[in-house]
Amino acid sequence: MNLAMNSALNSTINSGMAPVATPWFFYVLAGVAVISGVLVITRRNAVHAALALIVTLLAVTGLYLMLYAPFVAGVQIIVYAGGIMVLFLFVIMLVNIDRSSKERRFNRIWAVGLGAACALLALFVFAFTKGKALFPDRGMPLAEGSNTQEIAKMLYGEAGRMGQYTFAFEIASLLLLVAILGAVIMTKKKI
Amino acid sequence: MPNFIMSYLDSKEALTPGSAGSQFWALIYVLIIFAGVSVAVIAMNWIERKLLAHFQVRLGPMRVGPHGLLQPIADAVKLMIKEDIIPAEADQLVFWFAPMIGLLAAFTVYTVIPFGPSQAVSDMNIGILFMLGVSSLGVLGIVVAGWASNSHYPLIGALRSSAQMVSYEVAMGLAVVSAILMTSLNASGTGTLSMIGIVQAQQQQGVWFIFKFFPLGLIAFAIFAIAMVAETNRAPFDLAEAESELTAGYHTEYSGLRWSLFMLAEYAAMIAVSSIAVTLWLGGWMRPFPNLLHAPAWDFIFSLFPGLTFLALAAIALIGVARMPAHSFFRIQRIGLAVFAALLGFVALLLLVIAVAGRSADMSVAGRFNDGIDHVYWFVLKVAVFMYLFIWYRATWPRYRFDQLMKIGWKVMLPISLGVLIVTAIVGVIFS
Amino acid sequence: MSAYKNDQTNDASNRALSSLDRSNLDLKTPDKTYLDSNELIINMGPQHPATHGVLRVILKLDGEKVLGTECVIGYLHRGVEKIAENRTYTMFAPYVDRMDYCAAVSNGLGYCEAVEKLMNVEAPPRAQYIRVILTELQRIASHQLWLGTHALDIGAMTPLFYTFRDREEILKIFEKYCGARLTTHAFRIGGCQYETYAGFEKDVKNFLTFFAPKIDEYEALLTTNRIWLERTKNVGVISGADCIALGVTGPVLRASGVKWDLRKAQPYAAYSKFDFEIPTGENGDTYDRYLVRMQEMRQSMRIVEQAVDAIPEGPIMGKVPKVIKPPVGEIYHSIEAPKGELGYFIVSDGSTQPYRLRVRPPSFVNLQALDLMVRGLLVADVIAVIGTIDIVLGEVDR
Repeated sequence: MNLAMNSALNSTINSGMAPVATPWFFYVLAGVAVISGVLVITRRNAVHAALALIVTLLAVTGLYLMLYAPFVAGVQIIVYAGGIMVLFLFVIMLVNIDRSSKERRFNRIWAVGLGAACALLALFVFAFTKGKALFPDRGMPLAEGSNTQEIAKMLYGEAGRMGQYTFAFEIASLLLLVAILGAVIMTKKKI
Repeated sequence: MPNFIMSYLDSKEALTPGSAGSQFWALIYVLIIFAGVSVAVIAMNWIERKLLAHFQVRLGPMRVGPHGLLQPIADAVKLMIKEDIIPAEADQLVFWFAPMIGLLAAFTVYTVIPFGPSQAVSDMNIGILFMLGVSSLGVLGIVVAGWASNSHYPLIGALRSSAQMVSYEVAMGLAVVSAILMTSLNASGTGTLSMIGIVQAQQQQGVWFIFKFFPLGLIAFAIFAIAMVAETNRAPFDLAEAESELTAGYHTEYSGLRWSLFMLAEYAAMIAVSSIAVTLWLGGWMRPFPNLLHAPAWDFIFSLFPGLTFLALAAIALIGVARMPAHSFFRIQRIGLAVFAALLGFVALLLLVIAVAGRSADMSVAGRFNDGIDHVYWFVLKVAVFMYLFIWYRATWPRYRFDQLMKIGWKVMLPISLGVLIVTAIVGVIFS
Repeated sequence: MSAYKNDQTNDASNRALSSLDRSNLDLKTPDKTYLDSNELIINMGPQHPATHGVLRVILKLDGEKVLGTECVIGYLHRGVEKIAENRTYTMFAPYVDRMDYCAAVSNGLGYCEAVEKLMNVEAPPRAQYIRVILTELQRIASHQLWLGTHALDIGAMTPLFYTFRDREEILKIFEKYCGARLTTHAFRIGGCQYETYAGFEKDVKNFLTFFAPKIDEYEALLTTNRIWLERTKNVGVISGADCIALGVTGPVLRASGVKWDLRKAQPYAAYSKFDFEIPTGENGDTYDRYLVRMQEMRQSMRIVEQAVDAIPEGPIMGKVPKVIKPPVGEIYHSIEAPKGELGYFIVSDGSTQPYRLRVRPPSFVNLQALDLMVRGLLVADVIAVIGTIDIVLGEVDR
């Protein structure tokens, strides 16, 4: 009975079940990300912009999940939505919003904005036309079950072999350490 | 009963609805958990008021229903019909939305809490990461509420709470990592982030992680237990809503239903973080000594516990009936309490019948029900201990000051948790 | 005066006054600080859970740090001193109960003794003893109230209920004695309002045996509690010299190491007959003030114990005329109320009504020290310090 049940379950998983990652979800998440992204740069009120940015980040988290990268999604929530954005809000709340909203803003510099937009467009066009050659065209294996382990192998390596990104990872941590020290030195009046 | 349903009752080979890909059952589970948590919050409301009252030599609610049993319902009705005030100068939209953020975060966490090996909405591969991440989003609601109120006290409350959460999350995360390290001490050498996997790892290794590498597990657990109080803004770390300093902190300007959403979120978050602690260090849904005392007779004895607990509750209620004054004024209350006792007794009887019927035939319907009830019972019991602790803390301790709170977070808890993490890693390598 | 000596010199007082520089405190305009953030100016009170009444404290904050404070008082002003000018001496006696309504008996004692001194009469010994017993019980009750609310301000909820439970026993004695629990009006000019009821001594003794373990209970909750220590040690420090310069008296002064207690320094009522000590602190911080008050409760119990054992028989009223008409003159008389030196200055023009009456309320004078004590501390400490000064707004505003 056990075996029968298990095989029944397995067959459900393998064949009949529709994956959650449907195009419908993609369009919803992408739409949310784009709309809230636009809101981030159009809102005059800095707190509203920060909230819109959080929505963008969460929508992108959903996209990561759809790409079977749950670890990245989890880290995105913890680090960006949970940690960094709270600190953003912490600082923004202390700023005098009435005054800062009257100030001249960087995104009103039309020439720079136009240049940046054109560059981005050129990049997209390039990626669209030549993309096939740049990126591997084979489908990614559905690595959801061992996503975390795969990342660990890349970062730290396995059984005596250094991982692909171990060096870069350590360098990045060193950089962060320097940044922490710098922040402490800059803000602390006496150490 | 069809196999399909049976598979979710089963504890040995079954999958969670999420893992089995059944959206229908996932929805049912979500609804059950939502209702269950809401009821638990309401119950917590009553229990906290009663316990606090008894800590403080008073009776607590006594008027609405026998021993104030209906007080939470009266409170809920009151809050719902109260005027909902939005200050004129507040940021309307954000003010309106802020309580929802906290509530959403608190309830979303429950999707991965394993009440049993298959009694969870989904067994995510990154379960514990997801829990930490989503529960940390709850602070956004507080911060945004404080800012949107456009008032000084809420703003200070919001600032306090954001600084507090960010600092305590670090120590909390490191404590969690040391528990996750322990899951990797098996033949294959790979650990897991899955909540269910963590409990199963404890079962395989035959020890709750709180006792693993004594006292390393205990220290990590203690750090988590302290950080989780700070994380949920409860005494002695309730600085964000310190009523004697900031009147009511971040929810000073809130009233009525919107205010009650904050309370709902707070209690839901308390239960959620307690669930993390239970899952990571206290063996989750496992009954005491599942490996040592694994004979069927022991299984049967332990499966009687849920029924006996309800029987004890019914007995307490009956004592209450007997002790009620004979005056006619108390007649309705006495009848009400008797009905409540009868209800508890009926549940107890039901649970005992299931336990007896399900004792031998492992794969019978009753047997599977029995297993499921067992798991949920032990899980809830362990979480209840934490809930009691939360109330106990609140009754006993004064409140920390903001700078002291940060000092403890960064200068005491963080180094200790880092040290525990490193030592755990070293000890783990040596002993594996 | 007794052999009691105060070793603080005037020099020290002058130095302390100069350290109270108020010039850098501009509460009108917030200036810009780091990160373009504004300094906050917030109103604590008059409707605030922790200002012990209708005290309004304007706080100037940089983040959570207190840059300066300003107390706004007068929300409870009833013109008690002016009322005195239109009431006879006897009629005015109940009014003083409404100043420090947490220590009404002490207020009454101070007023009655001042008028007696003005008239040059003395209450008989039995009345003196009853006065001491009731006043010391009142001191315990006042300190209990202080402890409960102070602990609640710092975040410990439970002591409040414990102290109120035990304060109830004192109030029951008051109620049995004079029918009132709070605004007792227990004494009359020249003696006591009532003879003690049958069983008064037994009730008082029962209370003493009941209360001794209760103090230990409070202390078990707080004295060695780590959070309590962190919240109170080195918070709101004030030196003895500053206390004297500001006129701060009572437990606040004694916690700063100055051994000054009017019960010893210029004994009134029957205090010279009892053996008790004056607890003092060393650091002048909130924790020391807590310890001093806890010790004072124990000392008060000692006094009550001695008084109730030695209570003499005799009349309770001295030879006072029916219509009180003090001779022309003026008098200042002060007693050690639970909160500090409570003084009455009465000018008599020989009529049945005071020409002028002025009260020196301890709460009002002690409250001045708030700004000095909280500068540079955090918001939470302001609450702790307001609690530790132990003010009653009825007395501050009068």
